[in-house]
Amino acid sequence: MNPSVETSQAPRPSMGAALEGAVRLSRAVGGEVKRGDTVLEVRDLSVHFWVNNEWFAAATGVSYDLKAGEVLAIVGESGSGKSQSSMSLIGLLPPNGRATGSAKLKGVELIGLRGKQLREVRGNEIGMIFQEPMTALNPVYTVGFQIAETLRTHYVMAPSAAKARALELMKLVEIPEPEASYDKFPHQLSGGQRQRIMIAQALVCDPKLLIADEPTTALDVTVQAEILKLMRELRERVDAAIILITHDMGVVADMADRIIVMKDGLVVDHGTAEEIFHHPKHPYTKALLEAVPHLGASARERAAAAFSSSYVAGDEPVPLTPGDPGATAALLLEDVAIEYPASGGQKAFRAAKHINLRVDPGRVVGLVGESGSGKTTIGRAALALIPVVEGRLSVAGRVIADIAGGKSYRASNKELAPFRRDVGIVFQDPGSSLNPRLPIGESIGEPLFLHEHLRGKELSDKVEELLDSVELPRAMRNRYPHELSGGQRQRIGIARALALRPKLLIADEPTSALDVSVQARVLKLFADLQDEYGFACLFISHDLAVVEMLSSQIAVMKQGELVEVGPTFDIVNNPQHPYTQRLLAAVPVPDPEEQRRRREQRDAILEAFGVS
Amino acid sequence: MNEEELDYQAGEGRGDNAIEAKETEGLSQGQIVWRKFTRHVGAMSALGVLLATALFAISAMGVGPIPGWWKYQDPEATHPMENGGAPSANHPFGQDNIGVDNFAAVMTGVKTSLLIMVLIGVTTLIVGVSVGALAGYYRGWLDNLLMRFTDLVITLPTLVIGAVLGVMVSKAPGKLGWSDESVQEVYRWMPVLLGIALGLILWPSLARLVRGEFLALREREFVDSARVAGASDLRIMLKHILPNSVGVIIVNVTLLMSSAVVLETALSFLGFGVRSPNISLGNLISTNQGAFATRPWLFWWPGLFIIIIALTVNFIGDGLRDAFDPRTKKIPSISKMRRSFAQFTKEQ
Repeated sequence: MNPSVETSQAPRPSMGAALEGAVRLSRAVGGEVKRGDTVLEVRDLSVHFWVNNEWFAAATGVSYDLKAGEVLAIVGESGSGKSQSSMSLIGLLPPNGRATGSAKLKGVELIGLRGKQLREVRGNEIGMIFQEPMTALNPVYTVGFQIAETLRTHYVMAPSAAKARALELMKLVEIPEPEASYDKFPHQLSGGQRQRIMIAQALVCDPKLLIADEPTTALDVTVQAEILKLMRELRERVDAAIILITHDMGVVADMADRIIVMKDGLVVDHGTAEEIFHHPKHPYTKALLEAVPHLGASARERAAAAFSSSYVAGDEPVPLTPGDPGATAALLLEDVAIEYPASGGQKAFRAAKHINLRVDPGRVVGLVGESGSGKTTIGRAALALIPVVEGRLSVAGRVIADIAGGKSYRASNKELAPFRRDVGIVFQDPGSSLNPRLPIGESIGEPLFLHEHLRGKELSDKVEELLDSVELPRAMRNRYPHELSGGQRQRIGIARALALRPKLLIADEPTSALDVSVQARVLKLFADLQDEYGFACLFISHDLAVVEMLSSQIAVMKQGELVEVGPTFDIVNNPQHPYTQRLLAAVPVPDPEEQRRRREQRDAILEAFGVS
Repeated sequence: MNEEELDYQAGEGRGDNAIEAKETEGLSQGQIVWRKFTRHVGAMSALGVLLATALFAISAMGVGPIPGWWKYQDPEATHPMENGGAPSANHPFGQDNIGVDNFAAVMTGVKTSLLIMVLIGVTTLIVGVSVGALAGYYRGWLDNLLMRFTDLVITLPTLVIGAVLGVMVSKAPGKLGWSDESVQEVYRWMPVLLGIALGLILWPSLARLVRGEFLALREREFVDSARVAGASDLRIMLKHILPNSVGVIIVNVTLLMSSAVVLETALSFLGFGVRSPNISLGNLISTNQGAFATRPWLFWWPGLFIIIIALTVNFIGDGLRDAFDPRTKKIPSISKMRRSFAQFTKEQ
């Protein structure tokens, strides 16, 4: 048979009992590794793409060494080449990509490997954790099968032995009830559990190198904290070297020993975590660190005063906070419940209930919570895109729905027309909220065209004015959305929302799809515009640090109910509800020491409430 | 705009995926589709051949009152037999057993078949898009009503319906006691009626596709965004959703048109489609099937043109599908890429 077959060595102490006696099909490249051995040597690695008959550099001259047990973070914005330079290590570049230079895994050259030799390295020597576990796992196979599949590709072993090993791994990554979960399909698990399965799959053959490509970007902040905790623990138990690719400096602070900062395909900074965070050399690194919204920033500005968040212990709904005297609230929800109407075989789904919330004119109220908590639902109901089924909803003094005590009033489409003038919305994904077939000038002008009946020159002047106000050149009006960058598109989204000078703006995670440095610029623009236009704003976000920067009040949502509402300062510095505390503790902070302190705090909170 | 501002813009543009940005630099979606389509060799040559064929046939036999350049303008007139009816200088496509010029007949047939094809396309487009758009946008009871009606139309066997309609039209004048003149008029408009009638049977597949597109697109955020801006339902449908589903519509109408050519031929061959005095390619084959052994040119020439029309329209449809589908990317030739990369690394 294959001369390269050899029985596996004695398993490492931490795990691998099930691998004992299995016959390894794939060669172990370059022999065993111990902690501290250099696993990967990358020298002058470059990646080029063949685009429009031209070679385009995605990454150039990347060099680093990586030891077993070490975590290297590669940080950069999208398009900086951080992913492509790592993908080239396992030959996962698209067909029009080429890698040059050298990358040696225990002395074996990886660049230019093909066919069988490449397959022996993939999964066996290098494990990969992808960004989006839902799309990286095959929906038609059980998760257990998918873990075992990797194993049986590289080992000759009985299905029962593969299953035993897979279960061992599932225990390692703390999947609840591994035996039962083994036969589950990806859609039956939560996002965090799916990511754990991906990690188990990457670890199943005891790889020497683990590449994690934005492993927590698609997850909620509390789930992210759990996955990061797991990965930190794995560092102690597994001897693999880890490459962590991310754009989030907070995540980096939590994990990395060494950091590489990339910009436009070039390495601009390289050093230990300590050096990068405390003594950044390159101006870009400094800019990147400054751009990260830092939770708790407001604490430095104001001394602690009396805390006054409205939080009610028990199951009672949070009452309405008192507003500015004499002012008509820009948005007022009183004991509101919102349902997604029944469609097809599905029953109506009540996404939010007992909501009491007030946004005063000129104020920004942040609405935070995990995905699925109903925050977007509230935003859409405020725009009359989803019907209110209970309670009273009014916008700028105009009653949109009043359903209480036998009364039932809902504004009709015709009555809503004047209401549309008073509200605007900025969507999460600027790519999908602009019509791809309309030039952006036309998109911005549409509300003016429909409501103010502006035509021709008047309309065009107004559009140019709006482009000026969001700091985009007027020449851009004839471009299509796909020709703009994410940040530019979001500026267009803001300009369109502000075209009619609305009294209320709903901002639905407007910056979560953007890179950190772009996010910083868009947030600054947003704050400036808010000063200038003075609109009231309901700012929906999962990122507490962003909300803290902009809003004067924060409302926290959990599973369709508000759990705590209060002034920003009080919520951030003295959260009352255990859920708010957990949420705050989970936010990573771009500072290794502070992050370590927060992590310990978080573990204490979790222990106190008996949740994990 | 001063230079500083320009730098600022350039800086932000880099932030996005630079490779993707480079691929689509400064092109509207229409331009991208057009570029992809014009680079599709099969579709472009097919388009050329189809246009040349149509132009050739129309200019040969003329349009309406304008006469064409071919010397025998009447496809039914008999001429003295030359060369025993086989193709000759005067009659390049040959003659039939009574001396009719086959070239004039085939060219008239091409004209008729193209007319029917276009009519079927237009009718399907109008009915299919309206039904699909309304059902997909409004959902609920309207969707149910329209889709069940669509299901009903799908169950109608096209050939049988065509045959029944054909018989009814041919028998109607006798029953209703029409004058000969009006009967002549009806016959003259037969191809048009046939095209519209077939279009009214063939729309369901398009309606279903358009409905699917509308169902998906109406959930997109830009539709919500338009609604918040105060756009009416009609405006949302026409201005926002329809342009985004134009790819699916064009591709499917084109492919439907190519099958319509064959369908018309089949109907006419069976004697239910276009009838004398009108001439279509299918009806030429049907009339001349007996002459297959003795005068094969009477059979082969119309057959060749059917193949040309159906194939080219199909190719064009394929090219359009590739052009509109953002997922089809032309993979560069490996050898070209390898050569250029060797040179590129040498330069560095």
